[in-house]
Amino acid sequence: MKCPARNQCSRCAAQLFAWPDGPLWSGLDLTVGPGEFTAVLGPNGAGKSTLIKVLLGMQPTAEGEVTVLGAAPGQRNTAIGYLPQRRSFDAGVRIRGTDIVRLGLDGDRWGIPLPGLGRSRAREARDRVEAVIKLVGAEAYAHRPIGQCSGGEQQRLLIAQALVRGPRLLLLDEPLDSLDLPNQSAVASLLGRICAEEGVSVVIVAHDVNPILHHLDRVVYIAEGGAAAGTPAEVITSETLTRLYRTRVEVLRTGDGRLVVVGQPEAPAAHTDRHSAGVRDAAG
Amino acid sequence: MRPAEAGAPVFSWNLVADFQDMWSYLYMVNAFRAGLIVALVCGVVGWFVVLRRQTFAAHTLSVVAFPGASMAVLLGASTTLGYLGFCVAAALVIAALPRRDREGGAEESALTGTVQAFALACGYLFMSLYKGLLEGPTAILFGDFLGITTGQVAILGAVGAGVLVILAVIGRRLLFASVDPDVAAGRGVRVPALGRLFLVLLGVATAEASQITGTLLVFALMVIPAATAQQLTARPSLGLVLSVALGFVSCWAGLTAAYYEPYPLGFFVTGIAFAGLVLAHVVRISRDAIGRARTLQAVRGAA
Repeated sequence: MKCPARNQCSRCAAQLFAWPDGPLWSGLDLTVGPGEFTAVLGPNGAGKSTLIKVLLGMQPTAEGEVTVLGAAPGQRNTAIGYLPQRRSFDAGVRIRGTDIVRLGLDGDRWGIPLPGLGRSRAREARDRVEAVIKLVGAEAYAHRPIGQCSGGEQQRLLIAQALVRGPRLLLLDEPLDSLDLPNQSAVASLLGRICAEEGVSVVIVAHDVNPILHHLDRVVYIAEGGAAAGTPAEVITSETLTRLYRTRVEVLRTGDGRLVVVGQPEAPAAHTDRHSAGVRDAAG
Repeated sequence: MRPAEAGAPVFSWNLVADFQDMWSYLYMVNAFRAGLIVALVCGVVGWFVVLRRQTFAAHTLSVVAFPGASMAVLLGASTTLGYLGFCVAAALVIAALPRRDREGGAEESALTGTVQAFALACGYLFMSLYKGLLEGPTAILFGDFLGITTGQVAILGAVGAGVLVILAVIGRRLLFASVDPDVAAGRGVRVPALGRLFLVLLGVATAEASQITGTLLVFALMVIPAATAQQLTARPSLGLVLSVALGFVSCWAGLTAAYYEPYPLGFFVTGIAFAGLVLAHVVRISRDAIGRARTLQAVRGAA
């Protein structure tokens, strides 16, 4: 893909060694442009979260070239919003949603905010937190203890936290996991809106492609040590997935436009035991 | 609990006169000073303990304070130094132990339980080795305000100030690492290192609280005020202030009660703090209920 400005783009063309028996995945070549919505799909244990860690510079690659926002991974992390794999706050956590968002803004600073000192900066921070909470539509419950918010509400607040520094790249690890269907599509369209309106590149690890399908610009599918990248129409096809899985896989389209992958093979026991097969949603 | 020569002072409800009466004795002045320092340090440290759910670690450290103080008595040293030495050493040991994951696992708590039992037994041994003791181990276990010297207050103050300064420096990072460790780590906060540092601060705070409430009632100043504050507010800054204020009130009120009434200090401090916690729960539950009723009304009104 042609990239308009080098420091806006992220490219990962790499091979990743994880276990002694070979690469976790190889042959991955992904370029994410500004304001693009990219999904990382694949079965459990394929190395989807590891790809996110590579982009954050928390995991070295064996071979290949990785550029994140025009620099080596880990160098531009202040311009990256990161939402780790599903974490939830249990009911006893007595911290407000706004505090969680605020920590995303300056939680890594030393010292404590002192009343009276740097008043304009404090107001600026407060305004920024308010603006981002408004952006994700969480005003109604941002002042409640986060433990008392529902899963969807917590997820919105966490997205606000990831967005509060105005990142150019947003890395989300299974943000839709454990949300109910209406919340999945609501959060998906929120992310699509952020992509389009704020020009933020979004890379999302997903279990099920359907809630995000019509927001997606490109897809990386990782399976069986291989990877394929491209537009959803190019990647989520019977041919590509058959090639990846090295066995007959069919992608069916239901009447309402949902994709279903059929005949996804049982993974070899050595790879992962969390893997189940049969008829599942695409990328399941 | 007061010395016999003090006669039988009667609480007059004229607080100025009462405090003048109490503060005419140096040991009471020292007790109130120590109470102020301890309430301040434990209010802040305890707020993080409750947030981080480290009450079990706090309990272990407080149990270790017992052999520390009794050994200090046996050796003729200041109990303050005994508390501090043992608590900080124990905190360093816990901090150095490899942590498997956050849940800890049953093995770790079994190990901690074993250490707790052994620490209590050692303390008891030191107590019985020390023949000259009149009151037995109750003062160390359940707290006493007699005989806090000006020198001890100075140590408490200096060490406590050190704890507060360190907390002021790491406060925001510690909060981030406590509520959201994954994202904090992604932002370059060294979460495990902060956790270890906090354990040491917790050891110091536990040693300080032991001075007032005894080692078994450390929670009265370490956990109850902070838990009460977190019931009342979810704002970090307000919660910290409330936690300190509640600890201060229960400590000073407890000291006053123990001066005028012939019952032990540890009971008064703990009892007052406990009453506050119960009250806070009642306040919160009724506030939640009112909030729910209002929402329901609003929904009905809209429909």
